[in-house]
This record gives sequence, structure tokens and C-alpha cells, in this order.
Amino acid sequence: MLAAVVTSRLATLLFLALVIAVVPVLAPSSFYLRVASLVWIFALAALGLTILMGYAGQVSLGHAGFLGIGAYAVAVGPARLGLDPLLSFFLGAALCGLVAYAVGKPILRLKGYYLAIATLGFGLIVALVLHSEAAVTGGPDGIQVARITLFGWRISGATTWYWVTAGALMIGAALALNIAASPSGRTLRALHDSEVAATGVGVDVAARKLAAFVVSAVYAGVAGGLLALMNGFITPETASFMHSIELVAMVIIGGTGSVLGAVVGSAFLTVLPQALTILQEYEQAVLGLLIMVFMIFLPAGIVSSLKRFVLDRAP
Amino acid sequence: MTILEAENLGISFGGLRAVDGVSFAVAAGEVFSIIGPNGAGKTTLFNLVTGIYRAGRNGRIRIAGEDVTSLGPHLLVRRGMARTFQNLQIFFRMTALENVMVGCHLSEKTSFLADLFGWPTVARQNRATRERALALMERLGLAQYARAEAGSLPYGVLKRLEIARALATEPKVLLLDEPAAGCNAVETEVLDRLIADIAKSGVAVVLIEHDMKLVMKISDRVLVLTHGRRLAEGAPAVVRNDAGVISAYLGDAGATEANRAHG
Repeated sequence: MLAAVVTSRLATLLFLALVIAVVPVLAPSSFYLRVASLVWIFALAALGLTILMGYAGQVSLGHAGFLGIGAYAVAVGPARLGLDPLLSFFLGAALCGLVAYAVGKPILRLKGYYLAIATLGFGLIVALVLHSEAAVTGGPDGIQVARITLFGWRISGATTWYWVTAGALMIGAALALNIAASPSGRTLRALHDSEVAATGVGVDVAARKLAAFVVSAVYAGVAGGLLALMNGFITPETASFMHSIELVAMVIIGGTGSVLGAVVGSAFLTVLPQALTILQEYEQAVLGLLIMVFMIFLPAGIVSSLKRFVLDRAP
Repeated sequence: MTILEAENLGISFGGLRAVDGVSFAVAAGEVFSIIGPNGAGKTTLFNLVTGIYRAGRNGRIRIAGEDVTSLGPHLLVRRGMARTFQNLQIFFRMTALENVMVGCHLSEKTSFLADLFGWPTVARQNRATRERALALMERLGLAQYARAEAGSLPYGVLKRLEIARALATEPKVLLLDEPAAGCNAVETEVLDRLIADIAKSGVAVVLIEHDMKLVMKISDRVLVLTHGRRLAEGAPAVVRNDAGVISAYLGDAGATEANRAHG
């Protein structure tokens, strides 16, 4: 019974909905809502990586590049091309999918860590372009993002953005859970364990990896768009290499392959730096130490380790 | 009816001619074994047939008459070729049932997008696949392990699970690479009956095996390889008494001893 609950899709979604509903009640000020919104946004990006890393076992070291493309789409589209912000948002996500397809198609035919290296290069290029094409992107100073209006309703304020980002996360989590339990998800998890055997039962390994990569890029693009729209301002820092690493770290700390893990990992790396600011110059050192401690004692990640703990004791 | 035809297969690694001009044909319902001393090129031959290595310039592979020489491994499966591996290739973090369900995936009709959006067809497809996989596991005596994580199962069970997964692709020809390796006498006995059963259902079975008792018992024909070449081919009884085969396995001195033993 307990085992069934811990592993069920609906339970995961209900739990997530519960947390989302409780946070605004406990939050003492709108600052906390903003931090929570950031957690949902980065959790969405981490969820994309969960599909790629956790299910299919492929690592991307340039996912902040897709975050950057999604973010700058909603900034550049309205400001330079006169496009509607909402349209720009969807175009940005689609562009991420297209770019991922173009980058992944030749690379994913090769076995090994080529995707990690190729995406590393890709991420660096995106950051470089955002930095240097100042006429379009505003350069290192960043760029203002137009406010978004839906049917005349202007989306602004911490509370509104809290619900918008939480809604996006819920949808992203539902889709990621759908994939896991589907024929496609089975083939992704299969090729993660043994590409030879997956090929041996007729799985087109290259095509499956590519599909996972494209989906994960769209997740990051959507997250980037939300981030830019919520903040109203964006800098090339969004697409930086360190940001890519942070996204990978979120997935690993939370528990690779777990949907709730992506959310916990995002919360860990978003909330903790805020909380640790009271330590002033020791902040970074303590954050690093905490990451190490968690990885040593919960090597499978926070959620995955807890899940195993519960399942091992379930009758 | 001939299902699998391999013609003039060959491959070199550096200067070593690992497989050299080997041809064979296997009919539906037949158990065809490939034997030979270690390093004779048996697994290399398997890898040539299953598309992992490209057959040489003059090599040809046909399944049920269709030329499939240049097809990659995953496409060969669609043409009706399935295999197991010498070193277990199991999806260890999935349940035994899910392993077999992955084997069914060629018959699954839902698209990636349908899977992503959880279309109602996906749940129906999952049910159908689960039933098919369970029926197959039942047939191979694996039903009791269905819900267990594959990584936690004993070796002999995993060997059979690999066969179940291969059968899930509904093959016309099944290639088994040392299915009895590392199995105890009881497990080998089970395998023996299983392989005979598979062949009886009309599948052409190609077997690499070191357990000679098993080979001699269940094979219809045996191909003996040494140094990448064909040394002998024929019924088990014929191959067993072939002077060349005995000397390849036992050396010349051994051949003399064997002759003495046979009287």
C-alpha cells in the first residue's frame, strides 16, 4: 500500500500541489513568494534535464543556453521585432526545440560523452552571442523585458507570478510523469541501462535520445521565458556555464530521474544561497560543504534516497 | 523453409582475419549450433549476422529471402531477427516485466507526443503490452518474477529473461550467444526444453554454446569454426566423430587419445 503510494503518479502530483498551495499561506512577505516562484521556474528547467539525464542517461552541460534563448526571445521579440510577448514566449520555446534538434541530430549518432561536450560548447556560444551582440541583446548590461498582457489582463505582482509559475511547473511535472510511464519512457530508461540491448530489441537509440534532448530543451526554453517575464529584466548571466552546472547539480542533488527530486534540487540550490547570506563571506564555502555532505550521505539524491528508505521498510 | 541465409561473411581486425568466408543457412524450426574453440570467431560471426559489424564486400545476409546486408541492428529486429548476449545485457533498474515490455515496443503504436501528453491510447497500449509480456513470461516460467527489479534476480533467471525479451520482438530467427554459460545443471535442463520449444513454434534458432552435452542433444545441425573458418558442418553425430574437429579441440596428441578412447 505504502509502496504503491510512494511510486504512484497521482500521489506525486497531489503532493506537489499541496506544497504549492501551502507555501503562500506560510510566506510572511511577497519576497518569499518571489523566491518560491524562482524555485518553480528552475524546477521546470531541471525537470527537462530529468527527462534527459534521469530517464535517458544523457548529460547536457549547456542547458542554460536554452534557458537564455527562451529568456531573450521574450525580451528581443517585442523590443526589436515588434512581436506580441506571448507569441515571443512560444516562439522562444519552439526555437529551443529546433536548435536542440540541429545540435543533437549529428551528435547523438555517436556513442559516449559527445553530447556533454557538444552542449558545453553550445552553451558557451549562446552566452558569447548574448554578450557581444549588444545591438540586439543589450550586451552584458542586459535588456528590459516588456510586461505581458493576457486578454487585457496585465500579469504582474509576486502573487500572480507565483501561481503562473506554479501552474507551469504542475503541467511540466504531469508531462514528465506521463513520459515515464509510457512506451517511449520505457525505451528511454532501457537505453539508459544498456544501449546494446535496447538496440537489440529494435529501439532506434539515436532517435530516442534526440527526442528526449529536444523535449528537455523546450522545458528549459519555457523556464527561461517565464524567468525573463517575471523579472522584467534579463542579462547574459542567465545562459552562463555556471548556470548550466547548477541545473545539472539540481537534478543530481534532488535525485536523478525523480520528478519531485528536480523540485527539491531546485529548492535546495535556490533557497539555500538566500538563507546563507547571513553568513556573509562564508556563504559560498558553506553552500559547497552542504552539497558535499548531502551527496556523501544521500548519494542517490535527496528524494531518491528517501524513497528507497521508505520502500525498503514497507511491508 | 530457409529463414536465415548468411553468405561469405568475413571481417579483419588489424591483420587478423577473425571471420573468413563463412556461409550457412538455417531453416524455420531448426536448431543450428555454432561451436569452436575459444577465439574461433563465433561471437564475431554473430556480430556480423546481427549488423553490429558490417559484412565484408562479398558478404550477404538474407532473412526469409529479403536482402538485409546493409541494415543496422535495430532495423534487423524489425525484419525478424532477435538475439541474446554472451555477457548479460539486462535493463537492471527496470522490473523483469518492464524488460519484456521493452521487447514488445516494436508492436507499440503510440507516438512520442501522445506519450508526453498522456493520450488515452497510451493507457490502452500499456495494458495490451503488459498482457502480452506477462503471457510470454508465463510461457517461460518467469511469471513469479514479473514485479521484481531485474538487478535483484539470479543469473539463471536473467538468462531466461533475455530470451523472453528477445521473443517479445516476435522473431523469425533467434540467435542465442552462450545461453547456458554460468548456469547450473538444473537451469541448463530448463533451457534445453525451452530452446526445443521455441524451435518447435517455427522460429529458426542459431546457438553458440560451449556446453557440448546441450549442443549435441538439441542441435539439428552443427557448424564448427576454427581460426575464423568453417572446419565442419553436419549433424551432431557426424561432427562429433570428425577427425579435424577433434584435433582442433584437443590438439593432435589429444586426437590420438580420443581415437583410443573411442576404440
